[in-house]
Amino acid sequence: MPTRADLIDGGPRGFGRHALRALLTACALLAAAPALANPPLTIHYVERRVERPTPLNNEPPIPADEGLRGAELGLRDGNATGRFVGLSFALKSTVVEPGADLPTALATLARESGPLRFLVVNAPADDLLAIADAPETRESVLLNVGAPDVRLRDRDCRARLLHVLPSRDMLTDALAQFLLYKRWNRLLLVSGPGADDALYADALRKSAKKFGARIVAETSFDARGADLRDSALKEFAVITRGPEHDVVAVADERAEFGANLVYNTASPRPVVGTQGLTPTAWGRPVEAWAAVQLQGRFAKLAGRPMGAVDWAGWMAVHAVTEAATQLKSSDGNAIRDLLLSKKFEVGGFKGRALSFRPWNGQLRQPVFVLWPGAVVAAAPVEGFLHRHTELDTLGLDEPESACRAFGGTP
Amino acid sequence: MILFRFFVGAALLMPLGAQAHEVQAHQVYVSNERDNTVSVIDSATWEVTRTFPVGRRPRGLTFSKDGRRLFVCASDSDAVQVIDPDTGQLLHDLPSGEDPEQFSLAPDGKTLFIANENNATTTVVDADTRKVLAQIDVGIEPEGMAVSPDGKLAVTTSETTNMVHWIDTETLQATDATPVGQRPRHAEFTRDGKRLWVSSEIGGTVAVIDVATRQVVETIGFEIKGISGDRIQPVGIALAEDGRSAFVALGPSDRVAVVDTESFKVKSYILVGRRVWHVAALPGGERLVTTNGVSGDVTVIDAVSLKAIRSIKVGRYPWGAAVRPVAGVRSAGAGE
Repeated sequence: MPTRADLIDGGPRGFGRHALRALLTACALLAAAPALANPPLTIHYVERRVERPTPLNNEPPIPADEGLRGAELGLRDGNATGRFVGLSFALKSTVVEPGADLPTALATLARESGPLRFLVVNAPADDLLAIADAPETRESVLLNVGAPDVRLRDRDCRARLLHVLPSRDMLTDALAQFLLYKRWNRLLLVSGPGADDALYADALRKSAKKFGARIVAETSFDARGADLRDSALKEFAVITRGPEHDVVAVADERAEFGANLVYNTASPRPVVGTQGLTPTAWGRPVEAWAAVQLQGRFAKLAGRPMGAVDWAGWMAVHAVTEAATQLKSSDGNAIRDLLLSKKFEVGGFKGRALSFRPWNGQLRQPVFVLWPGAVVAAAPVEGFLHRHTELDTLGLDEPESACRAFGGTP
Repeated sequence: MILFRFFVGAALLMPLGAQAHEVQAHQVYVSNERDNTVSVIDSATWEVTRTFPVGRRPRGLTFSKDGRRLFVCASDSDAVQVIDPDTGQLLHDLPSGEDPEQFSLAPDGKTLFIANENNATTTVVDADTRKVLAQIDVGIEPEGMAVSPDGKLAVTTSETTNMVHWIDTETLQATDATPVGQRPRHAEFTRDGKRLWVSSEIGGTVAVIDVATRQVVETIGFEIKGISGDRIQPVGIALAEDGRSAFVALGPSDRVAVVDTESFKVKSYILVGRRVWHVAALPGGERLVTTNGVSGDVTVIDAVSLKAIRSIKVGRYPWGAAVRPVAGVRSAGAGE
């Protein structure tokens, strides 16, 4: 049985103006050490915690340990496998609270832990890039499990930065494929005021264009002006009045109004996007392709359903431990080379072999189109073809990506 | 009661005990994962003659040597059920460990090796005394289970660990592990016990392993025109009686591959129902059946012409198929 070390408070505290509320929590999971001499390969989980909005409709809040619990399960699975080839793995978690200094935390971590070989990073794009560019990670492989930003797979890519979470455009491509399949090609787009909402709306526009859907009208909504409980019935009817459309697409990443838009549109049209019918890497109703096994193991470990970031956390650790097992080695360089090589394939409970795109480090994977009750479709949707693999119909394909860090030709 | 008939050609009723090359009628038992039932198909008419309820989420199923007891892995009931195949009555449960998915009965006729998918163990049960002999730690999500013809070795495949685990049936210890392609689902020993065939669902391959050295000696890939490679997902394997062909169920490609066991070349791809899980060969070597999870039917394959000749509607999500040994049918028939 893996034993779980107690949470260690490893963060500096101060009282000055920039008083550090930095609280570094670290938790190390160690496997039952097999009767072998090899020291465990340590995988780091680094999270920049972000402030979460208050739930709007009494829905369960986003768990504070989303991502970490998935990584913990990945570790447990990895050790159960690694012992057959004399390998063991450890996970060390470092959580940087909002407002705390990330470079300091990283420096502390490197000082305490030695070379950082593998980092599973759950952080917004800017923090992720700061970690990727820090001197402490010059030799590290980073696995992004929290930032869907397309630019990280495009002009802002990094050679040792792999993306396990699907990008926003993979999500909106999946949704667009489903809409086209249904011939629901006319979208009325409602966007929230956030920068991330703008990115989601932008991805939606590109996906619509890519697959031949049409955005017939665009409107914006800022929930911060009024109490939705009072105003939704009237206001949503006004903002969703527009030219003929098949669906109302919503870009509201912080969940400030989208859920309330469902069943509250001017015309009887489904709501799709960040709420309603949602494209996602993972969700509670996913059960095919033995997903129910993974869901069951996760629920047992975490006492809650597995979310998309949890899945990505599991997948990131699983990819590293699987590569090590295939190599029968804990050599960091060899594992990195295998992860990035074209021959590496790994299962992820999505019914297909998954692999990293050699042009930008994005994990190829199916994307589920679901609502809380059921998986409605899994993309790539039947009929969307690609000369190599249909999985590459989702997100930036090789000719489209401006990423050159992986050695692509400019 | 069931009428036991032997058929020549169409429907000529022959006296009991007719020999030679008449096609003998068999009973094929199919587990319906979603319906919690078992369908019984009569190979004389290729019709479902009975359907009886079993435990929750039935998957693997097999018969005792004498054909008088049917064992069913009722995965979500966490039990191996022992059922009277004539009546469909539950005789008793065996302690199976959590979430039994597939199992294999040793040649001694009583030692059952059960893969416990949810908790990374193989449970060994004495089917006669109903006692657990051992629980053996293996990789994550053990699924495929097989015992060598001489009874000395058992193997289980772990779907997330991606290995074949070798178990010494004397000591009931896991002695070795052989890495194979992603998501190994099914293992089958050749009749001479020298080779082990293992399917890898996500890897899209079948590994042929030399049992003596435990090394993969051949990896068989599949290619079907017009079907993208990642839809070709090998699951069930049946080795023909004459040892010359292997039939490999290829999941969502809706095909069964026929592989030459000498050259390891694919001789043919047979279109069957949707998402084909498993294949079972009928004695005599002329017919095989497949379970097709998505289309909810069973396809009958002519092993000579390598064509699908019939499709039979069964319950929802048919998963496993087992042919009842004739000995049991005869004696049961004679006894009542």
